[in-house]
Amino acid sequence: MTALGDYKRERIDELAARAGQLPEGDAGLSLTRSAVRRLRRDPVAITGAVIVLVFLVVAAFAPLLAPRDPVTQYLLSEIRPGLIPGSQEGFPLGADNLGRDLLSRLIYGSRQSLLIGVVSTVLGLVVGMTLGVLAGAFGGWVDTLVMRFVDIILSIPGLLMAITVSVLLGQNQYALMIAIAVVQVPIFARLLRGSMLVQRGSDYAVAARALGVRKSRIVFGHVLPNSLSPVIVQATLSLATAIIEAAALSYLGLGDPDIARPEWGAMLANAQDFLSIRPALAVWPALCIIVVALGFTLLGERLREALDPKFRR
Amino acid sequence: MSSLQAPVLEVEDLAVRFTRRGEQPTRAVDGVSFSVAPGETIGLVGESGCGKSVTSLAIMGLLPRRGVEVTGSVRFDGNDLVDAPDHVLRGLRGADMGMVFQDPLSSLNPTVPIGTQVTEVLLEHREMSKAEAQDEAVRLLDKVGIPDPGRRLKEYPHQLSGGMRQRALIAMALACSPRLLIADEPTTALDVTIQAQILELLRELVVDAGTALVMITHDLGVVAGLCDRVHVMYAGKIIETADRRDLFARPRQPYTGGLLASVPRLDSARGAPLTPIRGSARDAIPWSEGCAFAPRCDNAQDDCLTEVSGSTVPLVPDGPGRELRCRHPLEHPAAPSGATAHGAAR
Repeated sequence: MTALGDYKRERIDELAARAGQLPEGDAGLSLTRSAVRRLRRDPVAITGAVIVLVFLVVAAFAPLLAPRDPVTQYLLSEIRPGLIPGSQEGFPLGADNLGRDLLSRLIYGSRQSLLIGVVSTVLGLVVGMTLGVLAGAFGGWVDTLVMRFVDIILSIPGLLMAITVSVLLGQNQYALMIAIAVVQVPIFARLLRGSMLVQRGSDYAVAARALGVRKSRIVFGHVLPNSLSPVIVQATLSLATAIIEAAALSYLGLGDPDIARPEWGAMLANAQDFLSIRPALAVWPALCIIVVALGFTLLGERLREALDPKFRR
Repeated sequence: MSSLQAPVLEVEDLAVRFTRRGEQPTRAVDGVSFSVAPGETIGLVGESGCGKSVTSLAIMGLLPRRGVEVTGSVRFDGNDLVDAPDHVLRGLRGADMGMVFQDPLSSLNPTVPIGTQVTEVLLEHREMSKAEAQDEAVRLLDKVGIPDPGRRLKEYPHQLSGGMRQRALIAMALACSPRLLIADEPTTALDVTIQAQILELLRELVVDAGTALVMITHDLGVVAGLCDRVHVMYAGKIIETADRRDLFARPRQPYTGGLLASVPRLDSARGAPLTPIRGSARDAIPWSEGCAFAPRCDNAQDDCLTEVSGSTVPLVPDGPGRELRCRHPLEHPAAPSGATAHGAAR
């Protein structure tokens, strides 16, 4: 056998192997499933997903993972003016200004931050999508009415709006969730409406009309499913902003007043009086906020690319 | 052909105007009349932008209501569709009249499996259970020549080849055995070999089944292969009507002649230049000012313009079965030899 013959045979075998893989790998894949498949091959998306997953696990199993109770003032006796105990035996990150275990507080804080982030985003998503579907499906005066209402909300700066709502609703965690949700409603509504308008004019929508398919079926069976991907992406990205916004509101003193539920934003606000003594009190919660927001953002950005046909390879 | 039978579709003096706030209204279709009988195939031929597709959308009632003014009459089985309410049109579309579009990929919903899209039509117009519709869908896909239809039904549009997609769309359009099918450039987005297959499929399933077919195309090869009668459109008006053979043998409108001359031919000398029509469809002048084709026409003379002749160019009878809108048509010697060879070459 010549070397050339071997070489050729190898090449052909390789091609055959590849040809064998292709149809099997792609059979019966919906766009969503092939998007998930693309995400699983994407290191950035995986990084984002791992970060999010770690925080979710920490939040879910906080009582098991936290070494101590987050509200008991273990080290109160050691606190003097100008001195807050740092890392020591049994307290890996030290204590806060009231002698509570910082690590346990951070772990419990993830519950509150994620809960507020998720609930407010879901709330904003549900209301925003309802408005968006109304406007996008009916058009005409319904569209005008809904979108002008949405424009009014949108014209008020987000944080200002959230502050106003949470002041109006009183100081509790539900008010906080609603406040953040209100800010997100117009974003989702506009996004879904715009995307539905584009899809309504698409060839397949006209083709479905040419087949006599009823309007409700076209809107919910064809137009809506094709309009969802930007909304899904925005929801993922919104989780990050919701968490940051929740922290911001807590920082401004509009958060949950219940001290039994530690929250990163409130911890941050609390820490600013002691920055010169123990900056770690501010650094750790800030880091948590940044990392979890980063996780959602990475995931959202890559999700956008995976769902967008323009990025398809 | 079957012109003795009562026509399925009669279009009379159809005009479509697009009106936009603050802009001059545009006449996309202007006084178009034609009819199709069962088993007959007519071709609407013309360049891009001549109003072919708008005509088809107007017939189906698919143009938006706002900003569009449709006048004239479209009679389907004698019932006028232009002013028909939405629910009447919806009942007809898909059931009694079907449509096949140009781009099979974008005409299918990318997020829904083929099967769902086929059964959807059946469930809408025929009283069927889901299981029956499923079986019928398999039968339909098999009928349009899609191999392994059971598996294909579960697949998504992007997993099918272009020809398969167009076959699936034809299956959907024919699901309820409509009496009229409008095909809007059904082969334009396909490979040549696939084009021939799709045309053959249309001939088998539509023409042979006695369905009236309106073929909208710019491809004279398609016309030569399928159509009985041809209406050539230019700038929203029909400018020449003839039976296929007559049209290919003796084109009278210089525009038709130009279309035929600009198709590459196998029997022409090697290296011989093609003879395209000068300019583009955008060079048309409004019909009120004269013949819209005059600026591009080699035969044009002064009286092609309204201000010289005093009247717009009318569509007049031009021999048996022919109509023509032209003041200075092409003349043909008695023996039409070259042009028939052209039809055969395609």
